[in-house]
Amino acid sequence: MKEKKLINKIRDNFFPVAGLLATIISLGILFVLIIDVLKDGYMRLNLQFLTNYPSRIPEKAGILSAWVGTLWIMVLTALFIFPVGVASGIYLEEYAKPGKMKDFLEINISNLAGVPSIIYGLLGLQIFVYFFKLDRSVLAGALTLSLVVLPIVIVATRESLKAVPLSLREASFALGANKLQTILFQVLPSAFSGILSGVILSMSRAIGETAPLITIGALTYIAFLPAGPFTTEFPFITLQGLKDYFTVLPIQVFNWVSRPQKGFHSDAAAGIIILLIISLFINFMAIYLRIKFEKYMRRK
Amino acid sequence: MKINKNKVIEKVVEGALFMSASLSVFVTLGIIIVLLFETIEFFKEVSIIEFLTDRQWTPLFMNKHFGILPLLNATILTSLISMIVAISFGLTIAVYISEYIKPEKRMIIKPVMEILAVVPTVVYGYFALLFVTPILRKIFPDISTFNALSPGIVMGFMIIPIIATMSDDAMQAVPKWLREGGYALGANKFQVTTGVVIPSALSGIMASFILGISRAIGETMIVTIAAGQMSNLTFNILEPMETITAYIVQVSLGDTPAGTIEFKTIFAAGMTLFVLTFILNVFSYMLKSKFRERYR
Repeated sequence: MKEKKLINKIRDNFFPVAGLLATIISLGILFVLIIDVLKDGYMRLNLQFLTNYPSRIPEKAGILSAWVGTLWIMVLTALFIFPVGVASGIYLEEYAKPGKMKDFLEINISNLAGVPSIIYGLLGLQIFVYFFKLDRSVLAGALTLSLVVLPIVIVATRESLKAVPLSLREASFALGANKLQTILFQVLPSAFSGILSGVILSMSRAIGETAPLITIGALTYIAFLPAGPFTTEFPFITLQGLKDYFTVLPIQVFNWVSRPQKGFHSDAAAGIIILLIISLFINFMAIYLRIKFEKYMRRK
Repeated sequence: MKINKNKVIEKVVEGALFMSASLSVFVTLGIIIVLLFETIEFFKEVSIIEFLTDRQWTPLFMNKHFGILPLLNATILTSLISMIVAISFGLTIAVYISEYIKPEKRMIIKPVMEILAVVPTVVYGYFALLFVTPILRKIFPDISTFNALSPGIVMGFMIIPIIATMSDDAMQAVPKWLREGGYALGANKFQVTTGVVIPSALSGIMASFILGISRAIGETMIVTIAAGQMSNLTFNILEPMETITAYIVQVSLGDTPAGTIEFKTIFAAGMTLFVLTFILNVFSYMLKSKFRERYR
């Protein structure tokens, strides 16, 4: 009898104790990881680290070409996925009629979201690098990454549109607006912060992507920058930089980790600190917008 | 007759939106065509029997062998290790946050947990190689600098949020009256959780496991950095081994001209990877749809 009571007690407490432990350990790993890279890399964090090119001497190596490359790729990827992702989301949520075609598009997108990112690298290599002859350029890299994160934007757009209440649409129709006007002036503005949150979330994914860019042949050692977008001559803007070779932060980190010298591991850790700060910041921004969007929708 | 201007605009916009949406179909087609094309080229030079049965993979050496087994073995081993970690932690966390704590706390733990999935994979690679492997060396003194165990474990932590979040969603979808039925029969909380909630949510939970495996199989940087780039057919997880993804990276880092057999191998390897993850993703999708229908 006493034994049975004991067994019951253990059972009753199993999930509360094990669950709490598992949660603490998982988050603890995150904490340990952050402490570890801070400890390894903090002494390299200074202005020169941001303004120097990579170097053969670990103490002189920096991430200038890497962060400029990352900035280029991020801006371009955002420019590509925003219109295409949002338009796809609007079509699927507002226009597509239930049926085989819609099911097919939906299954296709959910499947694309599960394709390993390195496969997109192989696609980009054949299509953008060789077929369209873009070489291993900034443009080829941004297009490849756009395909990787496109499903995230489409799904987020649909979720946000779905959250817009029917009453808002009906009110707009009642005032004589047609479907396009309703979507453009009522639904989209209401869903905007939700959609933006999805785009930003996809950016936090894109910034850490390494494999597809290595696969299309992005170089791991680069000591120059893509041509800047601004010139002194008319028309003051140039797209020359799109055709230049590039590297990005995670590739630079990978390059340093793969070297045997300890000095480069410190460089890698310092690069990771920068990379983590940026990607966590982007991610928190997305979560903040998401919460704001949900609050706004509840008030409606 | 006056043409309705608004109607025309409406149609044009709808057409443009449809084109955007169908882009995703072309991406899928593109992937399949690109992989298939080079894979066919590959099999013109290497027999499919050699590809599936040869126990060595050495396309970059003088003495070339094209057996996918060592790469496949490494991919499956690292994925299995990661799933042991991800399932035991992920499912426990899911049960805990779904059944045992207040919804407000759940709303905090879930997004914080997601950070594990936001950390770039190179960062995990660094962590596996330079932090976890040295610790494992204290337990297994003969572990290699590159091994399958350390990246497997670290990859598991990366996958925990997928399993915890999806399984939690599945358990949340189990209707309240099912739980109450259990209590009415005199069951306690543990019995209701393991006897009613988990079995009812099982297809949703399984869908999360399968998606997790698919993610592990396709994961690249962690295994490339910490498991090594030397193909090795072994079951010893303390030894270095090369996964399918790591091989693709290894070739991409070198200067391999298009058209050579080395170049074609990455597409044959990519095709293997694509087929594996595709089957798993479709299976996961079907399980999830089945689950959703049951509790609609």
